[in-house]
Amino acid sequence: MEVKINNIRKEFDRFAALHDVSLNIASGELIALLGPSGSGKTTLLRLIAGLDFPTAGQIFFGEEDASHHSVQDRNVGFVFQHYALFRHMTVAQNIGFGLKVRPSASRPPKSEIKKRVSDLLDMVQLSGLENRYPNQLSGGQRQRVALARAMAIEPRILLLDEPFGALDAKVRKELRRWLREFHDRTGHTTVFVTHDQEEALELADRVVVMSQGKIEQVGSADDVYDRPQSPFVFSFIGESSHLPVEVKDGAVLFQGEPIGISQGSDSAGDLFFRPEDVVLTDEREALSGKVTASRRLAGTRIAEIDIANNGHAPFHVEVEVPLHAPIELGSEARFRPTRWKIFTK
Amino acid sequence: MSENRRILFRNPADESFTTKLVLVCLSLVFLGFFLFLPLVVVFVEAFRKGGEAYYEALAEPDAWAAIRLTLTVAAIAVPLNLVFGLAASWAIAKFEFKGKAFLTTLIDLPFSISPVISGLVYVLLFGTGSLLGPWLKSYGIEVLFAVPGIVLATVFVTFPFVARELIPLMQDQGTGDEEAALSLGASGWQTFWYVTLPNIKWGLLYGVLLCNARAMGEFGAVSVVSGRIRGLTNTMPLHVEILYNEYNMVAAFAVASLLALLALVTLALKTFLELRFGAGAAGGRH
Repeated sequence: MEVKINNIRKEFDRFAALHDVSLNIASGELIALLGPSGSGKTTLLRLIAGLDFPTAGQIFFGEEDASHHSVQDRNVGFVFQHYALFRHMTVAQNIGFGLKVRPSASRPPKSEIKKRVSDLLDMVQLSGLENRYPNQLSGGQRQRVALARAMAIEPRILLLDEPFGALDAKVRKELRRWLREFHDRTGHTTVFVTHDQEEALELADRVVVMSQGKIEQVGSADDVYDRPQSPFVFSFIGESSHLPVEVKDGAVLFQGEPIGISQGSDSAGDLFFRPEDVVLTDEREALSGKVTASRRLAGTRIAEIDIANNGHAPFHVEVEVPLHAPIELGSEARFRPTRWKIFTK
Repeated sequence: MSENRRILFRNPADESFTTKLVLVCLSLVFLGFFLFLPLVVVFVEAFRKGGEAYYEALAEPDAWAAIRLTLTVAAIAVPLNLVFGLAASWAIAKFEFKGKAFLTTLIDLPFSISPVISGLVYVLLFGTGSLLGPWLKSYGIEVLFAVPGIVLATVFVTFPFVARELIPLMQDQGTGDEEAALSLGASGWQTFWYVTLPNIKWGLLYGVLLCNARAMGEFGAVSVVSGRIRGLTNTMPLHVEILYNEYNMVAAFAVASLLALLALVTLALKTFLELRFGAGAAGGRH
């Protein structure tokens, strides 16, 4: 099912949680809404579900305007952050709930509900746990029960709110892979919310980066990492440093001194670069500063450098340095960014 | 040398043995003097002239009428407050609206004003000098000095019990389960019946128990509106007082023993609920 979000605005007591958000989600796509807390990602998810209603704008499911349909009529599968499993019901009763509460005309007979529940349990690899209660399950198992319960109603789209937020790191990674396979097998249009960029980049076909109620960028993992379109995306996704610079006659100047890189038009703004996109150099035209700390990070070594030209306040940046040629604390390091972007003010 | 020096590790929040002993003894003496002793006295006095006299005192028509009236009033007031309490706590715990804090305070009102005042309010509302009283009387409906007045006063006084038990429980549980049920296609009623109610049932039962105990035991408010017509508008607590004023000790304590028994049963049920369903029965989650 294709989902179209047109100019959605949502206010809570005059506080705007979403400003004019538009987004098209293709059928069968796996989309991540990524952003820090307060960015509006969960609000957007709840609006798609019909758990909240927009102040302005429309949401289309295919050709149908669903903006004013209730959550019951939208037929969406929603997996809650803390699962919201019914604690007084067994696993089987939880999964069968959506079928049991259907009006009698469309309610499948008991035997069929039972069969559907056991098929779904198979699908989420929890066969044999039918009669357990939620508090007898591990976090990962609860998560999968919640997913099976949402899938039982044959939803048009699947929405997951921080699906792995409450799990420990290892289970999280396993479930992440498992969810991707699950999605590829069932082909449901899926939207999930996360604040974990690794999760979003690894799992999603497209990532929607949000900040302060606005969409900053929509794109593949490569797009948002390699071609960030805003200072926010550049600093939120991955590691980066930024410095205030000016461009004069094509040369980029930091605190009035050329740093050995150039760009077309004259402007002033912030120069962004990632720690791995630098080269150490002996050239005079470069960024230079004192190494204040160095730390080992998995397969790389990161040096923290305070750069300043004489008399100016220092700026703190982080660059990657060779692993096997440790850089001395307090020594002078010179480098040039190899890939960078200047966002003009 | 380490074996000679026994180091005693003590929980920082722990107290010394003497302190504990003093605290425990103080509580025991207090409880014994103010609770246990009176309870014993009630039963001793009730059986002072033997089981026969006890039974006679209860079988006496006026006593029997008082017991029936008390049960009737509780049977009306408790279900009403079950519904009111549920509705109020539902509204307060699950929705945001203006004046919510005010409503919460209002629910506590019967606890904070004297029951006698509560009774007087109804006298002012339905008395002969009021607007409502004569109007209802013209339709043949008596409120004051009749069963409706007693029910009204009892409902008023016992209103907070269910609501106060449920509000923290429902607030704690939030709306997640309800949203999940709705997203699965359940109607509002199905959500309430299959999800909300099972989540709060022990808290609800606990609130109802307390509400019932108070409904049967209420004296102040009821005594103002009842008129104390023997055999007609006397509830058990009122009947006890009348018998007592007539120096009919055995009968007074016999009826009182029934009320004390009710308190004991309530206490036993409450303890059972807490044991069976954990601390959750009394205002937490189970």
